[in-house]
Amino acid sequence: MAKIPAFTRRAAVLAAAAAAMAPPQPQAAVATRARIVIAGAGAAGLAAAARLAQRLDGAEITMLDRRQAHFYQPGFTLVAAGLKDPAYTVGRTADYVPRGVRWVEERAAEIDPGAKTVTTDAGRRVPYDFLVLATGLSLDFDAIEGMDTARIGQDGLGSVYAGPAQAEATWRAMSAFADRGGIGLFGRPSTEMKCAGAPLKYTFITDDILRRRGNRGKAELIYNAPQRALFSVPIVAERVRMLYQDRGVAVNYGHDLSAIDLGRKVATFRTAEGPKEFRYDFINVVPPMRAPDVVRDSPLRWQTGAWAREGWAEVDRHSLRHVRFPEIFAVGDIAGVPKGKTAASVKWQVPVMVDHLVATIEGRQSAARYDGYTSCPLITRIGRAMLVEFDYQDNLVPSFPGVIAPLEELWITWIMKEVALKPTYLAMIQGRA
Amino acid sequence: MKELDIGTFVAVLQEMMGPLLWVILVAAALATLGFVYVLVRDRGLVARRLVWSEALGVIGGVGGVLLMHEITHSDFADIGGPIDWVVVAAIFVLGAVGTVVGAYTVLGLFFRRAA
Ligand SMILES: Cc1cc2nc3c(=O)[nH]c(=O)nc-3n(C[C@H](O)[C@H](O)[C@H](O)COP(=O)(O)OP(=O)(O)OC[C@H]3O[C@@H](n4cnc5c(N)ncnc54)[C@H](O)[C@@H]3O)c2cc1C
Repeated sequence: MAKIPAFTRRAAVLAAAAAAMAPPQPQAAVATRARIVIAGAGAAGLAAAARLAQRLDGAEITMLDRRQAHFYQPGFTLVAAGLKDPAYTVGRTADYVPRGVRWVEERAAEIDPGAKTVTTDAGRRVPYDFLVLATGLSLDFDAIEGMDTARIGQDGLGSVYAGPAQAEATWRAMSAFADRGGIGLFGRPSTEMKCAGAPLKYTFITDDILRRRGNRGKAELIYNAPQRALFSVPIVAERVRMLYQDRGVAVNYGHDLSAIDLGRKVATFRTAEGPKEFRYDFINVVPPMRAPDVVRDSPLRWQTGAWAREGWAEVDRHSLRHVRFPEIFAVGDIAGVPKGKTAASVKWQVPVMVDHLVATIEGRQSAARYDGYTSCPLITRIGRAMLVEFDYQDNLVPSFPGVIAPLEELWITWIMKEVALKPTYLAMIQGRA
Repeated sequence: MKELDIGTFVAVLQEMMGPLLWVILVAAALATLGFVYVLVRDRGLVARRLVWSEALGVIGGVGGVLLMHEITHSDFADIGGPIDWVVVAAIFVLGAVGTVVGAYTVLGLFFRRAA
């Protein structure tokens, strides 16, 4: 009998939860005839389109992107680990274009911020009142002499970043390596990059697969980083350094991949002492990354320093508004802000950017502020990961302080990566998370 | 995941499970209604029936934990920190409570004489 009150209490809690689950009252949409152009329909472009369509009534929103497939890129790592099919990472952009948004299947080829027009690769001129840059970034494989993406999957050549099919080809090459052993080469580029945790994760995963096959003793794993640390956040870098030591991964700092001889299986690295060659049996090539030409060749990019060379859009790091052209914003990988080029940053950047844009239409000031939050479930073996969350100031900003410890290898973090991350991403690009 | 609001949570669950989410919610609601009906009808819990459904509940709890391992690429050796044990326990409790309520209701509605 003692169970009944407990049950009623549970029912009351459920009822309260159900009431809280009722959709929040929609904010009154702002009436406007503004013409908004979004360049790019990836994670950031779609999320921005969805949020703008929710907040505005009567705006003319145009999204430009020639690519019809949508890639869930965080899934590439799972494909390259042999855990998912490439199809897991591929969707259709058409399924996610919000109602009321026009999708033009053309690439933005030129931006004239003076005339406020975008010209597409098909020669169409699209005038705008507001422009949202969401073009993502370009993988600069050509910067590595001798690199040929067509040969990914052959002769021990892998590259998780190159795309869904290449991620699977990388799995085949890595799996063959895990059967035989030899030298495995890993690393990252000297440029800014998306998901700086991904090259680290893939090294951990390779180590794990070798162990599972009983061949870890036959393999030597080397991680070459151009920087002086394994990760930009010192406390995380230190933790990964310790884990690499524990797993027997050798680390070389100040090594930047410059050339690769695919036939001889030799990679050349720029170092302070001159070029250095490394023989390999498997390599995961992570290419230099830079802004797509449409931004890099425009007045919108940074004017000085490495970010000018790489071409990232010069926006204010807290509002994501362009510093010289107030009607232009940048979200996602193209934004020239420190840290996060991740889907997790997109999730927190987009609502801030949208609020600033809507505020401008309304003639008010927005108080929304992006502090650089980003996160990375850093896989340390298949079945465990560390949830690393940080901000512009290298602070750890755990979502679940005291519950999910940020630098601990946990099963729950793996479950989040494997089960919850893709649904969260899909909810995000539809403006629902 | 800086802040977790209920709308986000529901949206994510919808993306994760699709129509299955509604099937589960409807099943849970029906079981709860049926449970309340049986309770009111019998003016309290029937001990014999409760023991049976609790026995099934243990199986349900274990089943929940096994299912979690089935649908993910991980196994028991991956359980790392305290929170992992809490999650395993929570999955067990969820599976067990759901099974107890469901089994008690089914027994009460359809096998009233037997149990
Ligand atoms: C291997 C890998 C693992 C990752 N892991 C994680 C992770 O665990 N967690 C996480 O949060 N993030 C992760 N990321 C990063 C995440 O996928 C990206 O940060 C995110 O997709 C960025 O969104 P975006 O819209 O800026 O770019 P994208 O999603 O790449 O979209 C850019 C879009 O712009 C289009 N485009 C390009 N040029 C033009 C043009 N000139 N005109 C019009 N359209 C154009 C492209 O066709 C594309 O559709 C990972 C990425 C990779 C590659």
